Amino acid sequence: MLKLEKRQSDSRVMGYLSPLIALIATLICGAMLFAFLGHDPLEALYTFFLAPLQDTYGWTELGVKVGPLLLCAMGLTLCYRAKIWNIGAEGQFLMGALGGSWMALQFLGAESRWVLVPILLAGTISGMLWGGLAAWLKTRFNANEILTTIMLNYIALNALLWAVHGPLKDPAGFNFPESAMFADAAILPLFSEDYRLNVSILFALFFMVVIWTLMARSWIGYQIQVMGEDAKAAQYAGFNGKALTWFALLTCGALAGFAGVAEVTGPIGQLVPQLSPGYGYAAIIVVFLGRMQPVGILLASMLLALTFMGGEMIQIEMSLPKSLTGLFQGMLLFFLLAADLLISYRIVIKKSAVAQA
Amino acid sequence: MELELIINIMYATLKTGTPLILIALGEMVCEKSGVLNLGQEGMLLVGAVTGFIVAAVTDNYFFAVFCAIFAGMLMSLLFGYLSITLAANQVATGLALTIFGAGLSAFLGANYVGIGLEGISTIHIPFLSDLPVIGKVLFQHDPLVYLTLVLFAVIYWVFKATRVGLKIRAVGENPEAANAIGINVHQVRFMAVLFGGAMTGLAGAYLSLVYTPMWSDGMSAGRGWIALALVVFASWKAERILLGAYLFGFASIMHLVLQGTRFEVPPNIMAMLPYVATIIVLVWLSSDAVKTKMSAPKSIGQPYRPMI
Repeated sequence: MLKLEKRQSDSRVMGYLSPLIALIATLICGAMLFAFLGHDPLEALYTFFLAPLQDTYGWTELGVKVGPLLLCAMGLTLCYRAKIWNIGAEGQFLMGALGGSWMALQFLGAESRWVLVPILLAGTISGMLWGGLAAWLKTRFNANEILTTIMLNYIALNALLWAVHGPLKDPAGFNFPESAMFADAAILPLFSEDYRLNVSILFALFFMVVIWTLMARSWIGYQIQVMGEDAKAAQYAGFNGKALTWFALLTCGALAGFAGVAEVTGPIGQLVPQLSPGYGYAAIIVVFLGRMQPVGILLASMLLALTFMGGEMIQIEMSLPKSLTGLFQGMLLFFLLAADLLISYRIVIKKSAVAQA
Repeated sequence: MELELIINIMYATLKTGTPLILIALGEMVCEKSGVLNLGQEGMLLVGAVTGFIVAAVTDNYFFAVFCAIFAGMLMSLLFGYLSITLAANQVATGLALTIFGAGLSAFLGANYVGIGLEGISTIHIPFLSDLPVIGKVLFQHDPLVYLTLVLFAVIYWVFKATRVGLKIRAVGENPEAANAIGINVHQVRFMAVLFGGAMTGLAGAYLSLVYTPMWSDGMSAGRGWIALALVVFASWKAERILLGAYLFGFASIMHLVLQGTRFEVPPNIMAMLPYVATIIVLVWLSSDAVKTKMSAPKSIGQPYRPMI
């Protein structure tokens, strides 16, 4: 009989193995699901996880999706390391897109690339304010941040819908709920005309390094670490918990907001109702899967980006629903949680009590 | 405001409050046993899509509701196994359940988006439904509205006057002591979690078979989360959940109220109201944080690992 037994100390190796176990378990379950649906499981898994990356175009598209995931995930890491359960990256992303779009629509006739500066700033600040709202509710009123950030996500979504149906709707757009197309100067520069990948991926990688240095090398990063591991100890050491909460949520909001504005001034080019395929929620999985470490988060961002592409690919190639993406993401997180138990427990094979006697 | 409008508002308030009551009552039972299940939104969506698919395929609404309840229980079984048996972190497991449920329901329902169903029809209670005003407001609802009230009464009674209620509370307040007097803590918690899953599954069926008889991705629109706030707001008391849910129901149908006045507010702004109201409630609760802490089950969120 298999039994779980507590380890003497947590296993480091298991910490790194657990995401792999989760991925393998997800692939096995995926294969069974495809077989159940009457498809060749190997062919379907190939279509979902490998076919999207066959050519250069596929890899650049991966970059398009890694950017926002990486930005949101780095922000969330900062919060989760301080044990602030911010679920609000999605709303902060949407607000960033909304604020940035508003600014971009003020410059429809622009010809200078410099308009990108106020636009990107507007988006980043909008996201930051939305994160700040959650920080205010937590520090001033001690309101549970899980619930407030989720509510703020729904409010942000409705604000976006209101804007595209109302004040930001393109007057010449045949009443479609979309803004006007932004000026060419207000679109982030591409690396090549053939691909949609733009310079925002460089920003994402840059911010990843910045946030990581901040956490690993700075005084404030150290304080956040201590606060997350032992809030009481942080208090005795005289760390200002409220200031740290503000810092984590504002930074996360800014990063997610930047991701949002980079999306509308990047691959989309205007404000539309379906801005995000759920980057802000997927980023939560990225953080846990990436073990809150920079390399891990980069790899996990790529895997989650791939699940978005796989969903589209399998819809085109095998006419299966695109929503397989969400199912695979959910399974990943669930299996990860289960596999994480092996960090502090080991499986031992025990003969039943009767046999022993 | 004319009478007709007031009647419609009261009628709609009862309807909108119903799913919130079901979820919040289920979650209350869970939390009283010491388990915090943040996966309500995921279970709700899976319940909704299951109910809808079964109704669309079999045209048997009774069976559809039954399947939705069963689906909610299956989801909660997953949660219970991880968080109770394996003692995984309840917050993380709940979040995972929500993300998984959203993905699973979108996948299952992919071929059912845009299909309309007739939905469960209302019953006109003879004689009473003919009464002026009250007849329409109270006695012309679908069966689930009445079932919800019956369930409320049962839960109220269980915690007021039975050993089962006492057992659940004992496990939630002090699992060690409960264990010492011979209560199987894991068993009680598992039952409570399964019951919560059943209630949320039923609420899901209510959404996709009565409230808006159709399926669309994420159609629960945060009701699972609002219900979680509602439980705290009601300080774990069934009768306050009933009141709170109707208040929230009222906040969600403010557009109906505004019809009677001359204010013109865009629908998306109106749609923000329940979420804003939830935040206001959370803020308001903090003004009395001590009282909230006093009424919360003592061991909430703490996994119980029996000493061997």
